[in-house]
Amino acid sequence: MSFKRMWALFVARNFEFIRDRAGFGWNILFPFLIVAGFGVMFSSDARSEFKLGIFPVTPDRMIVRELKIPEKLKAYDQIKIVPFETHDEAMDKLLHHKIDILLENGGEKLRYWISDSSPKGYVLEKMVKESIISEEMFASRVIKQQIKGQQIRYIDWLFPGILGMNIMFSSLFGVGYVIVRYRRSGVLKRLKATPVTAFEYLTAQLISRVLILLSTSFLVWLGCDFIFSFQMQGSYFDAFVVFLAGTLCLVCLGLILACRGTNEELTNGVINFICWPMMFLSEVWFSIEGASSWVKTAAKALPLTHFLSAARKIINDGATLSDVSHEITILLVMSLVFLSIGALFFSWTK
Amino acid sequence: MPGKSNIIEVRNLKKKYNGNTAVDGISLNIAHGSCFGLLGPNGAGKTTTVEMMENIIPQDSGQILYKGRARDKAFNQEVGIQFQHTELLAFLTVEETLKTFAAFYDKHLSVEDIIALTLLENIKKSLNDKISGGQRQRLLLGLALLNDPDLVFLDEPSTGLDPQARKHIWEIIKNMNKKGKTIILTTHYMEEAQSLCDTIAIMDQGRIIEQGSPENLIDKHCKDMDSPKNMESVFLKLTGKRLRE
Repeated sequence: MSFKRMWALFVARNFEFIRDRAGFGWNILFPFLIVAGFGVMFSSDARSEFKLGIFPVTPDRMIVRELKIPEKLKAYDQIKIVPFETHDEAMDKLLHHKIDILLENGGEKLRYWISDSSPKGYVLEKMVKESIISEEMFASRVIKQQIKGQQIRYIDWLFPGILGMNIMFSSLFGVGYVIVRYRRSGVLKRLKATPVTAFEYLTAQLISRVLILLSTSFLVWLGCDFIFSFQMQGSYFDAFVVFLAGTLCLVCLGLILACRGTNEELTNGVINFICWPMMFLSEVWFSIEGASSWVKTAAKALPLTHFLSAARKIINDGATLSDVSHEITILLVMSLVFLSIGALFFSWTK
Repeated sequence: MPGKSNIIEVRNLKKKYNGNTAVDGISLNIAHGSCFGLLGPNGAGKTTTVEMMENIIPQDSGQILYKGRARDKAFNQEVGIQFQHTELLAFLTVEETLKTFAAFYDKHLSVEDIIALTLLENIKKSLNDKISGGQRQRLLLGLALLNDPDLVFLDEPSTGLDPQARKHIWEIIKNMNKKGKTIILTTHYMEEAQSLCDTIAIMDQGRIIEQGSPENLIDKHCKDMDSPKNMESVFLKLTGKRLRE
């Protein structure tokens, strides 16, 4: 093993990445755009999750406080009221799930229509029913308890997921796809004709990619933190250790994809086949709490699940490294297994 | 004639791809300090034979000895290879590419000397994906010579070059040969083989069908011919005029 050769390959790969301005720029811009997009969405009135249609109302002249529906319904932040001039027009929207429930404005009785196939319609129906119960009757039957402690904003919960997703894509495409392209174009064959060993080559690729990904993730973090003021509950060093373990594991997974093959299209398909389940099962966008047990079990087999679990525990809940030692151990074991498989089956030419 | 004077000895080399025989029991010796040309029509098995000698692909059977022994780690330190189809890292400059490859070897010539030898001075700061085909070919030759190799494999080194650039490559190859370096050359240019090689082997259908010095081959096969007495006539006589591949 020669450190001189590994260093030369490491430097060359870094130059390749940094000078490829399109790829480099996209790696920085992509997570930033997603976080910025979500920031804008969640800072506006887009929090309205339910759409309540009402007729007959002239859309241009609708004044919510003058609508003849229960006052409680007008006050919900979660309900967006959508006016329609005619019943037919409103029914068409209801049938196409553009609204979740339809109410008649000013009838003798509160008449409403819902689609039985709409899950939101079911919840909204309960809210409509609740709206006609007086506050006094409600208060005599239930007691509201305030939750203690600082609440986590969705953007704070989402941010580690976006960073993890970006690291996942960059690891698999930046290592797996790139090495397959080098193999097809003969770059690896040229290296095979030198004293460079597979171990030296793969190690240089791995270290280069981990360093680049951690650096770009740090830049994205700084930029997003400047705009959204993320709440960091744990230690930055602990978060760094978790990101290091997670990135290492995902890059090693990329090395498995890179160990054989010369077909870029096939590799592209395989990477997508691996990425998409991780996107949904590893809780990048939403929690799988409440999903069936086999889904949760399957999620545990994915490295991104453990990476994001540990990252969120530290960033959102203030956990320490000892609290996430289980996840870190799994990531390191997975890294070792992936690296061993990648090195064992690596071929320069086929 | 196996012995110390041979840098490469090949014994009964065979290779099949998907059941099709590419190389069918080749044996040959390449002497230290010679310039050995391997000729043949497309699909004759030249590249497969050379890549097995280069240790790029494994043989199915047969033996290849380098300096009288099996190839070991020293082999890659002591040989230089120029492949015909090789891409380089697109976002490195010519100079950085040479420096990167220089770092792979325990001993190497200076990058400046290689740049001067292969006339790359004007483009040494250019990115690899911005240089012309001829410049790229010179860079690939430079990479093959970087470690001051005892044995150099050149796979169609002058393909795609203009006559001036080709003559320049020939001069480099002749000078290397004069310094005692062994050269194994494959080419489709018969004039190139005749000018550079002291020994030529002609392959067809995975076998060596004729071998000797260019002069002997021309004497032997062009004696009673009306056509010009050169390697092209020898080649066409031995391999036929039927279009291959």
